[in-house]
Amino acid sequence: MDVISEFFTEYDGLKAFQQTIYLTLLSALFALVIGTAVAVMRVSPVKVLQVIGSAYVNIVRNTPLTLVIVFCNLGLFLQLGIQLANPNSPTSIDDNNFRLAVLGLSVYHAAFVAEAIRSGVNTVPLGQAEAARAIGLPFLKTLRYVVLPQAFRGAIAPLGNVLIALTKNSTVASVIGVTEASAVMKVMMENRPDVIFVVFGIFAIGFVILTLPVGILFTSMSKRLAVKR
Amino acid sequence: MSTTSVLFDAPGPKAKRLYAAVGVGSIVVLLLILWFVISKLNEKDQLTAAKWKPFLTAEIWTEYLIPGLIGTLTAAAIAVVLSLTIGILLGVGRLSAAAWIRWPCGIVVEFFRAVPVLMMMLFAYALFGYYDLFPSERLPLAAVVFGLMFYNGAVVAELVRSGVHSLPKGQNEAALAIGLTTQKTMRLVLLPQAITAMLPAIVGQLVVILKDTALGYIITYEELLRKAEQIGNFKSNLLPALIVVGAIFVIVNYFLGLGAVKVEQRMRRRGRSAGGPLAPDQIDQTAVAAAAAAALPPQEQIR
Repeated sequence: MDVISEFFTEYDGLKAFQQTIYLTLLSALFALVIGTAVAVMRVSPVKVLQVIGSAYVNIVRNTPLTLVIVFCNLGLFLQLGIQLANPNSPTSIDDNNFRLAVLGLSVYHAAFVAEAIRSGVNTVPLGQAEAARAIGLPFLKTLRYVVLPQAFRGAIAPLGNVLIALTKNSTVASVIGVTEASAVMKVMMENRPDVIFVVFGIFAIGFVILTLPVGILFTSMSKRLAVKR
Repeated sequence: MSTTSVLFDAPGPKAKRLYAAVGVGSIVVLLLILWFVISKLNEKDQLTAAKWKPFLTAEIWTEYLIPGLIGTLTAAAIAVVLSLTIGILLGVGRLSAAAWIRWPCGIVVEFFRAVPVLMMMLFAYALFGYYDLFPSERLPLAAVVFGLMFYNGAVVAELVRSGVHSLPKGQNEAALAIGLTTQKTMRLVLLPQAITAMLPAIVGQLVVILKDTALGYIITYEELLRKAEQIGNFKSNLLPALIVVGAIFVIVNYFLGLGAVKVEQRMRRRGRSAGGPLAPDQIDQTAVAAAAAAALPPQEQIR
């Protein structure tokens, strides 16, 4: 089983999974921010904002992630020359690719986060919003103090699913040269095709380890935090 | 979905003015962003006729875009058929009364749902290549289909399971009471109703499969995205090519999504199945009711 020790030494598989985790967490943060904003736009009373919000969701949700990521690199960087890293630093190419990947992943998953939060808003009973209006809260305060706190708690299970999907989708970043888990797996498979099942097994288990606890955690959180009605 | 309108009162004169102001303000912001994007594109000479004209010529369509679309649709179609087959088998297996069938099916489903599709494609590509299982020109297609088939098969298996769970208990009990075996109960009573209830979700899953064929780009499968790159190299208009291909994806998927909604509405009218239809939104790639599905009572998970 020398291939397992090779995974830790020669290929530095842990570093690769570390990249996967960084990609996931950073993108999750940005996607949550963008997604919440889009969800608020979609439930807002202003028609224009509703249209913008649903156009964003419909366009992004129907575009393949691979295309989004490739567009970030080939389109934004190579064609339009948009740099997200200091071009003078020695690691600028790697940094730039990493940040472009985070950009693509965030923009893509924000659409799913928005849908999750909107489904959370739908779990809040009508009486809550009506009561908030009855005591004179305007729209934004109704959202901020009454509806969104409950909506987030109702949206935890779908948000967890988005996070799991994001973890898995971060592998697509390898297409623009981020050395995360799947990129390292590809190299290992090319060098050691004789033990291809073992290599696949190692990386597959890595992803099971990453996603399984998230699933369990979010399920238990969604039960614990669900608003009792 | 109409619940959202409850979040705010019918606007009075003051609120109407405010909304109008916010609306106009956001249009202005939108136009500013658009203007910025267009000027940026213009600055980099992306809006010249030479870059966009090729899409009006027959050559680009017959040589690149249509073959690319056919490549995408072929992979998606094969993957759909195969994933439905193994999905139904795994789903039924997971509901089996025999533990020695239930457990392995459960492990297989959970495993394939946890592993990224791209990794399965890379694995299949390396595996099929190393053991020479497919002729080299078919290798990318085989790898794409392999990855899509197992991931989506696992998703369909979960759909079947939640579909069967969403049926009223009386269906199962009545079937057993008239003397059907558990197998026949599943085949004649539960599965047909579950599949009808799942139909919108399955159509929704088609969008996911179609989108994921674009992963084939990474293993050199000749689909739309790869063709976009080729057009870009040929006419040196990479950015327009990516935008056009993106638009094709959005249009095709948007209509598939509409189809899912239509199927759902139709079934709601017909109401033949004892369980309600599953919402298509719910069963996206991201929104597959993961571990939560197993733990929640059926009514909650399909809400």
